[in-house]
Amino acid sequence: MALLEVKKMNVYYGMIHAVKDVSFSVDEGDIVTLIGANGAGKTTILQTLTGIVPLKSGKVKYHGKDITKHLNHKLVNDGIAHVPEGRRIFASLSVYQNLKLGAFTRNNKDEINESFENVYKKFPILKERSKQLAGTLSGGEQQMLAVGRALMSKPKLLFLDEPSMGLSPIYVNTIFDIIEEVHKEGVSILLVEQNAKKALSIANKAYVLETGKVAKEGVPKELLNDPEILASYLGE
Amino acid sequence: MDFFTYLVSGLSLGSIYAIIALGYTMVYGIAKMLNFAHGDVLMIGAYISFVFMNQLGVDPALSVLLACISCTVIGITIERIAYKPLRGANSLAVLITAIGVSYFLQNIALLVYGANPKSYKSVVSIPPLHLFNGALSISGESIVTILLCILIMIALTTFINKTKMGQAMLAVSEDRGASTLMGINVNGTIALTFAIGSFLAAIAGALLCSAYPTLTPTTGAMPGIKAFVAAVIGGIGSIPGAFIGGLILGVLENLSKAYISAQLSDAIVFSLLIIMLLIKPSGILGKTNIEKV
Repeated sequence: MALLEVKKMNVYYGMIHAVKDVSFSVDEGDIVTLIGANGAGKTTILQTLTGIVPLKSGKVKYHGKDITKHLNHKLVNDGIAHVPEGRRIFASLSVYQNLKLGAFTRNNKDEINESFENVYKKFPILKERSKQLAGTLSGGEQQMLAVGRALMSKPKLLFLDEPSMGLSPIYVNTIFDIIEEVHKEGVSILLVEQNAKKALSIANKAYVLETGKVAKEGVPKELLNDPEILASYLGE
Repeated sequence: MDFFTYLVSGLSLGSIYAIIALGYTMVYGIAKMLNFAHGDVLMIGAYISFVFMNQLGVDPALSVLLACISCTVIGITIERIAYKPLRGANSLAVLITAIGVSYFLQNIALLVYGANPKSYKSVVSIPPLHLFNGALSISGESIVTILLCILIMIALTTFINKTKMGQAMLAVSEDRGASTLMGINVNGTIALTFAIGSFLAAIAGALLCSAYPTLTPTTGAMPGIKAFVAAVIGGIGSIPGAFIGGLILGVLENLSKAYISAQLSDAIVFSLLIIMLLIKPSGILGKTNIEKV
């Protein structure tokens, strides 16, 4: 059974039909990636799923349960966390406060401390900077904070939106290593990336989006051999 | 010694402005709107405590508490009915709605209680404090007002820094979308902000009418505007800013009344706003301050 199942999702920005009849699914243990050019609707899909952008029509099922009407803050309780595009960390709060807010829906202090340990182990720099204001971190550190903050909710399914955007190659590798590590710990992942090559290298299922529609889907190996994909997204 | 008398009563008036300004500044910080009906919630609160205390003979402290609870409910209701549907609308539409709510509340009061001023019996019964052989006397109202204002500041700062809901308020004030992703109920947080602001407005209403005992449907209008000015001078969105702005405004108003001209005091107060906007538009503790709500 699919962990997350999206059927015929439609989203509008005013008059603009940004997402058109998009269907996809994420199975438990998957790393699924949505790739495509700028404006293809990748970010909008994630934002719709977590309630930042309203859904026009379609169905969303999570653990087989229809959650179409509950695409809002309550999803965090159900185990879905979202690392948004542009990080959106709370710049005027400390690193520690940011991480604490990530655990907003949880109440067990020991478990929260465990998550702190876990995040600090993955990102030692965040422990070092825990008292610093998040706005003073470098771009790469902010991205780590954004991922760490999402992990603080102890998610079962993690949405990652352009985690490599604007990062130096070293940080890109670090972030992708972390994604694989988180995946090994049993978290299913839905990854939106412009760095298609990198995304396809870790995913086990991929959807190619073009102007709001799913143009292709399949296993990364096949897509990597598809001349059309190579030309459009991998620059070869 | 006269100077100190004026100063203390200025601090007392300023404390009232500060308590009202907290409502403005928190709502602005979190809901990103100017709730121009805030002063009128204060007025409704004053009428409610007046009815309980002066007409039904309820104990003053209990009357104020009942007014606080009623205003909390009224504040949440106003937010739900008038402002929530406008979430995402442009700020001018929200501003006009707030002015509409303000007139609505004033006219409700006019309808229910009439235009004749009510004589508000002070909620404070402690005697004035005489210092320096009677050279400086401080009214019981002043003592209670100043102490209560300090207490509210401490309580609110603790609430925001130490509790989960307080942290949620900070998060929502910074980024609503990201707050949703943390599992924070943004609408609930905004409603809570209105609840706190309105609760405090009822306290301010009782203190204001205890010091200046004429209660009419427009009682809240002028103090509401002055508190707004105080919030802007202190740096709108900042809690300590509201406190500092309120005190500055109250002291300036009282000293101008005493030493310059009673008629011109309001003009002087509003001139301060203009000067502030020219020199530092973000206010004394504007945006860069951490304790932004």
